[in-house]
Amino acid sequence: MQVRFESVHKTYRRRDGIEVPALAGVDLAVASSEFVSLVGPSGCGKSTLLLIAAGLIPPSSGRVVFEGDAGGRPRTAVVFQEFALFPWRTVLDNVAFGLEVRGVGRAERLERAAALVRQVGLSGFESRYPYELSGGMRQRVGIARALCVDPAVLLMDEPLSALDAQTRQLLQEDILRLWEATRKTVLYVTHNIQEAVFLSDRVVVMSRRPGRVREVLPVPFPRPRTEALLADPEFGRFCHRIWSSLKEEARAALEETHGDGSPA
Amino acid sequence: MATEVRRDVVVLEARAERAEGGWGPAVRAASLAGVVAAWELAARLGGIPSVFLPPPTAVAAELLGMATGGELWRSLQASLVRIVLGFLVGTGVGVVVGTLAAVSPLAEAVVDPLIAATYPIPKIALLPLLVLWLGIGEASKVAVIAIGAFFPVAVGAMAGIRGTDPQLVRAAVSLGASPFQVVTKVRLPAALPVMFAGFRLAAGMSLLLVVSAEMIAAAEGIGFTILHAGDLMQTPKLLAAIVVLSALGVLSTWGLQALERRVVRGRAH
Repeated sequence: MQVRFESVHKTYRRRDGIEVPALAGVDLAVASSEFVSLVGPSGCGKSTLLLIAAGLIPPSSGRVVFEGDAGGRPRTAVVFQEFALFPWRTVLDNVAFGLEVRGVGRAERLERAAALVRQVGLSGFESRYPYELSGGMRQRVGIARALCVDPAVLLMDEPLSALDAQTRQLLQEDILRLWEATRKTVLYVTHNIQEAVFLSDRVVVMSRRPGRVREVLPVPFPRPRTEALLADPEFGRFCHRIWSSLKEEARAALEETHGDGSPA
Repeated sequence: MATEVRRDVVVLEARAERAEGGWGPAVRAASLAGVVAAWELAARLGGIPSVFLPPPTAVAAELLGMATGGELWRSLQASLVRIVLGFLVGTGVGVVVGTLAAVSPLAEAVVDPLIAATYPIPKIALLPLLVLWLGIGEASKVAVIAIGAFFPVAVGAMAGIRGTDPQLVRAAVSLGASPFQVVTKVRLPAALPVMFAGFRLAAGMSLLLVVSAEMIAAAEGIGFTILHAGDLMQTPKLLAAIVVLSALGVLSTWGLQALERRVVRGRAH
């Protein structure tokens, strides 16, 4: 399934009535089975764009078009930065939640959930509760929960940002492996350039707030990719090229924050 | 010219650490036993007339007599029926009203001012009105307990449901949950710990109100027993009934804690 953002605008109304533009006309097409990352300075509206694609918030104007046969599958599922697991549900019941609310019978949904728990490497933890897991394990549950409904498009909102550097590295490879196995259409929001390059087919650089697409860069490294890519000087150069594009936006965003005292 | 060099050396050495956890159960038991023993001594040797302060042994003997004679069970049963009925009705309605007010802005607009206006009323003040409406029998006493139990649970349910982590709601909606499923599968389970705080307050309120109601209008029950024994200056019986109330309070707290451990899952207790 392919996703097309057509001139998507989003304006938030603050409590004091002042309207704050978050997205100022985003045009972007994500092809079927493509892995696309959004990078941009903090507050540039990249997460907002993801929530709009998820149907969780409406755009102020413009539209998001999904094209292709979902085959009865849900359009999207989201992996959240802070995991957003249900603390009173076990690992297995968290993963099965999407099927449960869609009316899939108990035996079938638990079987499919168990298969995904295995796929993300959490066998043996099925009946643990989230508080008993490390951050990395929690996000594996978050990923399994989103994949369990077999969405046509997977939306990932800074899924590794709440994890320590080593865990992040390990999960990057897991995400790569899972994606190569499923070839889902993925829209991936991150502020980590290396992560975006390592995982994606294309990297979208966004401007500071109000966000719009500043540059779209196809990633030249062939798949399947391995960890060795991270040590490739070409990889470093490509990441630096993106950082150069991002840097002035990030600095300007930082200074604007200092300027009016409000968070960017 | 000599340069003066000052060197401070600080050494942190191994030392014994005091074990954490404070004083053990021995001291806790001794605290209770000590007060009872002091009371016994004061009552027996201090020359205090038994009608003012009978010794604990006399109270225990009285309690035993009430138990074997059947009086204890009759008043306990009368009070327990009122407490349990009032608690169940009050907390049940409280959960429903609190949930509705938390999820529906219309229900909130209807309910919120009513709760704000009636919450501060000491509930026992409503008893004469309830007797007028429902008669002097069981209904009025159950009703006053139900009203008392309603408020903490309704307010707890409202706070708990409104306080649900919005990310959890987003996650559920993104996975396909309907608005109704968001309430039953996310908001209510998320609110359970806060609701249990309401249940504990409601249990305390029920105990307070059953005693008050029985002192005003009843022919049996623990509250009636206390008032009646006081009138007849049967101080051991009066104190025995108070001991029973203390036990009821402790048992209801334990019971609710046990229930909470069973129902509220997935958190480190």
